[in-house]
Amino acid sequence: MTTTPLLEVRNISKYFGNVIALNDVSMTVNASEVMCLLGDNGAVKSTLIKILSGVHKPSQGEYLVEGKLVDFNSPRDALDHGIATVYQDLAMIPLMSIARNFFLGSEPTKGWGPFRRFDIKFASQTARSEMAKMGIEIRDPSQPVGTLSGGERQSVAIARAVYFGAKVLILDEPTAALGVKQAGVVLRYVAQARARGLGVIFITHNPHHAYAVGDRFTILKRGRTFGTFTKDELSREEMVRMMSGADELDALSHELSEFARRDAATSKLDEQLAESLEQAEELFETDASREG
Amino acid sequence: MASSTLPKQGDERMVQAGLLKRLLTRPELGALGGAILVWLIFAVLAGNRGFLTLQGTASYLEVSSYLGILAAAIALLMIGGEFDLSIGSMIGAAGATIAVLGSVFGVPLWLAALVALAVALLVGFINGTLVIRTKLPSFIITLGSLFILRGLTIALTRIFTGRTQIGSLDQLPGYDVLRLFFGGLISVGGANFSISIIWWIAITALATWVLMRTRFGNWIFSAGGNADAARNVGVPVDRVKITLFMATATAAWLVAAIQLTVVKSADTLRGTQQEFIAIIAAVIGGNLLTGGYGSAVGAALGALIFGMVRQGIVYAGIDADWFQVFLGFMLIVAVLVNNFIRDRAEKARH
Repeated sequence: MTTTPLLEVRNISKYFGNVIALNDVSMTVNASEVMCLLGDNGAVKSTLIKILSGVHKPSQGEYLVEGKLVDFNSPRDALDHGIATVYQDLAMIPLMSIARNFFLGSEPTKGWGPFRRFDIKFASQTARSEMAKMGIEIRDPSQPVGTLSGGERQSVAIARAVYFGAKVLILDEPTAALGVKQAGVVLRYVAQARARGLGVIFITHNPHHAYAVGDRFTILKRGRTFGTFTKDELSREEMVRMMSGADELDALSHELSEFARRDAATSKLDEQLAESLEQAEELFETDASREG
Repeated sequence: MASSTLPKQGDERMVQAGLLKRLLTRPELGALGGAILVWLIFAVLAGNRGFLTLQGTASYLEVSSYLGILAAAIALLMIGGEFDLSIGSMIGAAGATIAVLGSVFGVPLWLAALVALAVALLVGFINGTLVIRTKLPSFIITLGSLFILRGLTIALTRIFTGRTQIGSLDQLPGYDVLRLFFGGLISVGGANFSISIIWWIAITALATWVLMRTRFGNWIFSAGGNADAARNVGVPVDRVKITLFMATATAAWLVAAIQLTVVKSADTLRGTQQEFIAIIAAVIGGNLLTGGYGSAVGAALGALIFGMVRQGIVYAGIDADWFQVFLGFMLIVAVLVNNFIRDRAEKARH
């Protein structure tokens, strides 16, 4: 590829004490691209997300944003570089209004000195219009986020990230807790964000959701990258097989049949043992009667 | 609300439903109903015995004002997701600091009051920092400081003065300044309203403004609503919480200064149990124990209910022993009402 990737990690590793959480992981995300991060257990994926979003620092490896090396000390640092992360559970504060949630941490103000105040009117109007751009009509920006559906909540978080100039959007399992219809709502915004030129890192364990919007797929296994595939290189069936752990299932069934064979062998041994015991008993009894 | 100024669009039926729903989700609603109910009850029971007179009103407003100052600060802290049980002890500590500095060390009382304010800010800072650093519940940390502060106050006052009460403070230099700020009376229609009522209203207004119209207010809601989510978007949650602890300690100092000026003496036991009553007032006012939701106006209404009942019982000729029974019941009913309102606000629309 000739263009500089929006985000790139090279040979990233992360150790927690003796535990190797990530081992030599490399990946890139380009503008107007949805990169799906698939596979392995949650801990490995979440460690990678936390490194990308500035919560953890990598133990080894390089992290580049638009071709420049970066060293994030906090999620705020990452945000300032245009890396926005939308967490599955931690995205929104349910008892606060949509407008307040939308601008949390970056509240618009008007006035000066002691009279500097939160510009609620601007916040409400902007939240409403930004959501409208995403295709969601909000009746009342002062209604608590808790009254929105799960998909709408994720969409508010995505719209917020886009509005605040995110170049790369990291979505951590945004469809995990949603029904089919709501997941569709979210997938549409993922596609919208791509259409607006963002790079999206889409973490999911649902191969159907991934295949629907993904352009490239990075597969993690045992803390390593198993490889990055484009949509052409990876059929849906292969991906489903990889993600559902079909290989592991094969191995498991092999192991189980091994157990069964061993069980059969053991029971045969038992029979032989019982038989010889019986014979021994008979011998003993006949000996005794002879003597008596 | 600001939303009413937005251009109306879409389905107008939704706007009507939204208005009713928004009213029902206001945290103050229960307390407003309660305040009206309590006033009506005592208007009937004690209306002809002085409860409805201006002087009667002034008397329950003064009682409410002391509590209301504390409750406004406690409300902000509770919305921010923390408790402060040390404010009752802080009242005693601040009063004793002013009185000891004035009577033993000859410091002008106004300067002694400023020193006591600095002490209060420091105590609040220490409380907040301990809660943040140790990650222990603020209930535990401030329960500890409740006893430490009270013990220090009694011990140090006895060391310096040999007593636990210090009187005749109006004879000391600098008392005039205190009386100007904290001890004045405002005459309206022949009744004397305490200046503490002005402080109460001003602080409730300030707290409401901060909460509803400033960035800091937004941060308070988020710190109590979901501290991790707030940190993820860059809200300085630790700073917000420490500031709120300093605010509650400052409120305790203000109440101490007012009471000291009015009764012209300091008592090391002053403020005992005020922390619980302030929390009850805040809870009656719709502030959730779990944080993230509530209002300063609600806390003011909670304090008003408290004041009306405390004085109303006297006017109605009921034995004052019954007051605590009422207070306990009121707390439980208020929490039940709050939970109902919170569920309405939080309930997802599927």
